[in-house]
Amino acid sequence: MTQLDAVMAKVRAENRAALIAYIPAGFPSQQGCAKAIQALADAGVDAIEIGFPYSDPVMDGPIIQEAAEISLKGGTNAADVFAALKVATDTGVAAVVMTYWNPIERYGVDQFAQSIADNGGSGVITPDLTIEESDRWLAATNKSQINPIYVVAPSTNDSRLAAVTSKTGGFVYAASLMGVTGTRATVSSDASNLVSRVRAVTDLPISVGLGVSTREQAKSLAAYADGVIVGSAFIKLLLEAESEEKGLDAISHLAKELAIGVREGR
Amino acid sequence: MSSAGRFGEYGGRFVPEALIGALNELEIAHNTAQNDPLFLAELAELHRTYTGRPSIITEAKRFAEYAGGARIFLKREDLNHTGSHKINNVLGQALLTKRMGKKRIIAETGAGQHGVASATAAALMGLDCVVYMGEEDTRRQALNVARMKLLGAEVVPVTSGSRTLKDAINEAMRDWVTNVADTHYLLGTVAGPHPFPTMVRDFHKIIGEEAREQMLALTGRLPDAILACVGGGSNAIGIFNAFIPDSAVRLIGLEAGGDGVETGRHAATITGGTPGVLHGTRSYVLQDANGQTVESHSISAGLDYPGVGPEHAYLHDIGRAEYRAINDDAAMAAFSLLSKTEGIIPAIETAHALAGALVVGRELGPQANLLINLSGRGDKDVQTAAQYFGIPL
Ligand SMILES: Cc1ncc(COP(=O)(O)O)c(C=O)c1O
Repeated sequence: MTQLDAVMAKVRAENRAALIAYIPAGFPSQQGCAKAIQALADAGVDAIEIGFPYSDPVMDGPIIQEAAEISLKGGTNAADVFAALKVATDTGVAAVVMTYWNPIERYGVDQFAQSIADNGGSGVITPDLTIEESDRWLAATNKSQINPIYVVAPSTNDSRLAAVTSKTGGFVYAASLMGVTGTRATVSSDASNLVSRVRAVTDLPISVGLGVSTREQAKSLAAYADGVIVGSAFIKLLLEAESEEKGLDAISHLAKELAIGVREGR
Repeated sequence: MSSAGRFGEYGGRFVPEALIGALNELEIAHNTAQNDPLFLAELAELHRTYTGRPSIITEAKRFAEYAGGARIFLKREDLNHTGSHKINNVLGQALLTKRMGKKRIIAETGAGQHGVASATAAALMGLDCVVYMGEEDTRRQALNVARMKLLGAEVVPVTSGSRTLKDAINEAMRDWVTNVADTHYLLGTVAGPHPFPTMVRDFHKIIGEEAREQMLALTGRLPDAILACVGGGSNAIGIFNAFIPDSAVRLIGLEAGGDGVETGRHAATITGGTPGVLHGTRSYVLQDANGQTVESHSISAGLDYPGVGPEHAYLHDIGRAEYRAINDDAAMAAFSLLSKTEGIIPAIETAHALAGALVVGRELGPQANLLINLSGRGDKDVQTAAQYFGIPL
């Protein structure tokens, strides 16, 4: 059982949703990232996803693209990702890495999974890894005792939902809409539909991501989801802030708001 | 997914789950169409009356004098409507788009040839068309941008990353993930997730099928070597495919060597890359130690891509095809030579294959017959070439 499993069990017992924050390693800077992680943890997030910045982020909208570009210009590499993961786990929250597949393959599939475990990480979210290509990865995550977290979409049909969730650990990542990451004014109605279809095929916790940025949205999602994932909204604040200090204050404030949101949904 | 999507350890699908339904739908539509005489007849008729197929073969006798005396034959895909091989694939996929009931196509383009072909097919079949093109390429290939607009397509300059073909593909994939319900992504080469590498090959294999018969009729035997430039690899696989079982026929792909593979400023993915995953498929990739894609460099926008189709990776690894790099300067010399010896201005992409023929011809000697895929014409490159050769405009 990973720490993520424990966190998801705990929030279920508390009859609320978990708040899960995403931040790319090396953004806004190596040290700024560590401070942002600490600020998010202090503000009450339950889990943190450390993004592995990638040169060709086809699942990401302009905000995360820009953050990845800044991070890569700063020279972020796999060691920095694991270091950020360690910072996160040291704060006491559950932490995972979110990455496109090629950096894992390049690093070495078994070694990557083991480095996650060695740094206290609970799992890895792999948005472009299909279950058909997952044999080596599932063997590695199984050996290193970490959660392989897969993303499902509104277009995923029921039989495929069953197949994908049968390989998943930690939680199922339900993409709220058809599209890329970014903040949206409203959470798509596809989300609740998808969550009920996932519920029908698995007992795993289900976290909803894509487009969430406000306490109100967190509240409405928390009514039926086990976790609420917020990424672009934090990154936007850091990108737009006049200084790193002000950016950290802003994400801390938003995280506190969202932490209230995930507790008032039911 | 069927094992049909794999070429040895290459190929497959590395895509967001959101696209799996559309890829399955496309795979089924393609497989059904390939076994449907009505579809095949409709496409053949379009090729006869619209593309201008079969494309002819021209023997390049004066050019051959510079290639060690080997006989050189050009498969004239440059004479196709819109000026390159790209139309073969585009018409096939546009027909499939209609069969799937989709109303909108999106495409990426580097040199602009695939974008022009896509805009053309969209005009012909009444589909909406959006073409993503790296900002850098919109400058290098301004003429083709205007052509696409004249044809009624929307051209979206892509300003992320290296602002070339790779980033245009990223942006097209983002559009597709968002609009997949009514949109077909008309990918322009034999890369991307299954079924694209197989499907795009199937639409281009007509090049080699025609050429095989034509060469037998012309020379009474199969050519000794077949040469084609390789960006993503569609024109190359198109002419190679029919000859793969003919083990005596050498298959030679010419990649863009840019300033030289040793300088790191090149787009020779098989020659200078390593196995990895890019744009939904496992193949060779230009990447660094962290798995980040490295920017490619080539004078040719259509070859300026840090990936390559998975079937080429496989043909390379099993030794059935060989891949070499041709530097910018050698390509431009061959561009000029063909223009001045044969009265045919080739695309700069194609000039890489021609430069390869000058080398391979000398290696094989005067008894050899070489077949080159003349993948496109050079009208779009006049500005780049004029600049390169110092011709005032
Ligand atoms: C004339 C021509 N040849 C070749 C290419 C390279 O593509 P591929 O390797 O898929 O044939 C292009 C691409 O734009 C092109 O326009």
